[in-house]
Amino acid sequence: MTFRSIKSLLVKTFSVFSLLLATQAFAGENHAPAPAGAGTEATPAAEAHGAKKEGDFNVTETILEHIKDDHSWHLWGHTSIHLPVILKTSKGFEVFSSGKLVDEHHEPAVYKGNFEYKLIEGKTKIVDANGNVDVEASKQLWDFSITKNVASLFVSVFILLVVLLSAAAGYKKTGVKSAPKGLQSFMEPIILFVRDEVAIPNIGTKKAGKYMPFLLTIFFLILINNFLGLIPFFPGGANVSGNIAFTMTLAVFVFIVVNVSANKSYWEHIFWMPGMHWSMKLFLAPIELIGVFTKPISLMIRLFANITAGHILVLSLICLIFIFKTVFASAIAVPFAVFIGLIELLVAFLQAFIFTMLAAMYIGMATEEHHHDAHGEAAHH
Amino acid sequence: MVVGSVAAIGAGLAAIGAGIGIGQIGKGAVEGIARQPEAANEIRSNMIVAAAFVEAVALFAVVVALLGNG
Repeated sequence: MTFRSIKSLLVKTFSVFSLLLATQAFAGENHAPAPAGAGTEATPAAEAHGAKKEGDFNVTETILEHIKDDHSWHLWGHTSIHLPVILKTSKGFEVFSSGKLVDEHHEPAVYKGNFEYKLIEGKTKIVDANGNVDVEASKQLWDFSITKNVASLFVSVFILLVVLLSAAAGYKKTGVKSAPKGLQSFMEPIILFVRDEVAIPNIGTKKAGKYMPFLLTIFFLILINNFLGLIPFFPGGANVSGNIAFTMTLAVFVFIVVNVSANKSYWEHIFWMPGMHWSMKLFLAPIELIGVFTKPISLMIRLFANITAGHILVLSLICLIFIFKTVFASAIAVPFAVFIGLIELLVAFLQAFIFTMLAAMYIGMATEEHHHDAHGEAAHH
Repeated sequence: MVVGSVAAIGAGLAAIGAGIGIGQIGKGAVEGIARQPEAANEIRSNMIVAAAFVEAVALFAVVVALLGNG
């Protein structure tokens, strides 16, 4: 598609999101820190409580609490959705509401199920009668809870399925020979962009079709999760793509796809680089082997760091209002935060595109046909 | 007395690296557009992609700084 049509598409999306982000302008002194960008939890209410108790506003703690995962999803004021805690202990499965793990002051409380559970530093541990952590029993405790990030993943996957399946249904009905209508006309330029600018240049026309579902999935999954992380209120506001476990899973899938679809020439280039003296081949082998692992690791850290850094930036700006303890600081903080939010919108698009492009590049490198004349070897090999 | 942490200095150095790197990319892009204005769109896309890579390297250092701080 032409750059002009993608540009107008981006302009429309930017305008919609800047309208959404402008709701941050209603952050006041009495309202909990306007949950800009990353997460809203029971802790802003706890901050209000805590602020009355100590009078101290801890910026680092507030920001980290919005970036991290949590067992309950804060909606507004004192209302939170207490998501279920699912634990696998040596005595079997236990499911209970996470509201039972916090008392009225939002401090961790002990819940008595098969064992006594308590949240220590955000992790569920088994404690004995005195409140000391039972290390042995806690080691056998597996936490499968539906946390905020898990619930947000469900939301984003639901959005992904609804959008893409309805676009696909449109094609099933009208076929590809007629002009797209409705949602299809929104999705088609993006999908064609991924195919023509990302997949085909890197993988080649013959094999690109095989990897298109994978590339489109990671592109749209990262994109939708990035966007949801930018929206301050429910159902957005959970920091999913800034969670290293999420990006690690995507990187692991890229690693698996690249190495499973790699041909003999790829492995030859890693372990026994053709066209070199044998000493260089031995020298290069461990370096290339490390490269096989560092490429997905860099994918993981790139996405995680970009998204988390953006969220921390917006949160710090909003926390400025609470550091200065005056509502007039919002006149500076909120426009700046909206501006940074727009840059974050660009970063959201860009990081999804970069992740997909690098995945396509690695797949292309793995499936590339070997060119005999590319290595100045005298003998035919 | 000295307040803050050494990790913050590391993050600051990473910011310097990002600034210099992306500045060079911007310089090359702007010069390219000045030489050939009709290639502006292509140059802009490549500039943004290259900037994302340089930014990523700086953010690796920020992540290490955050880990060192906590």
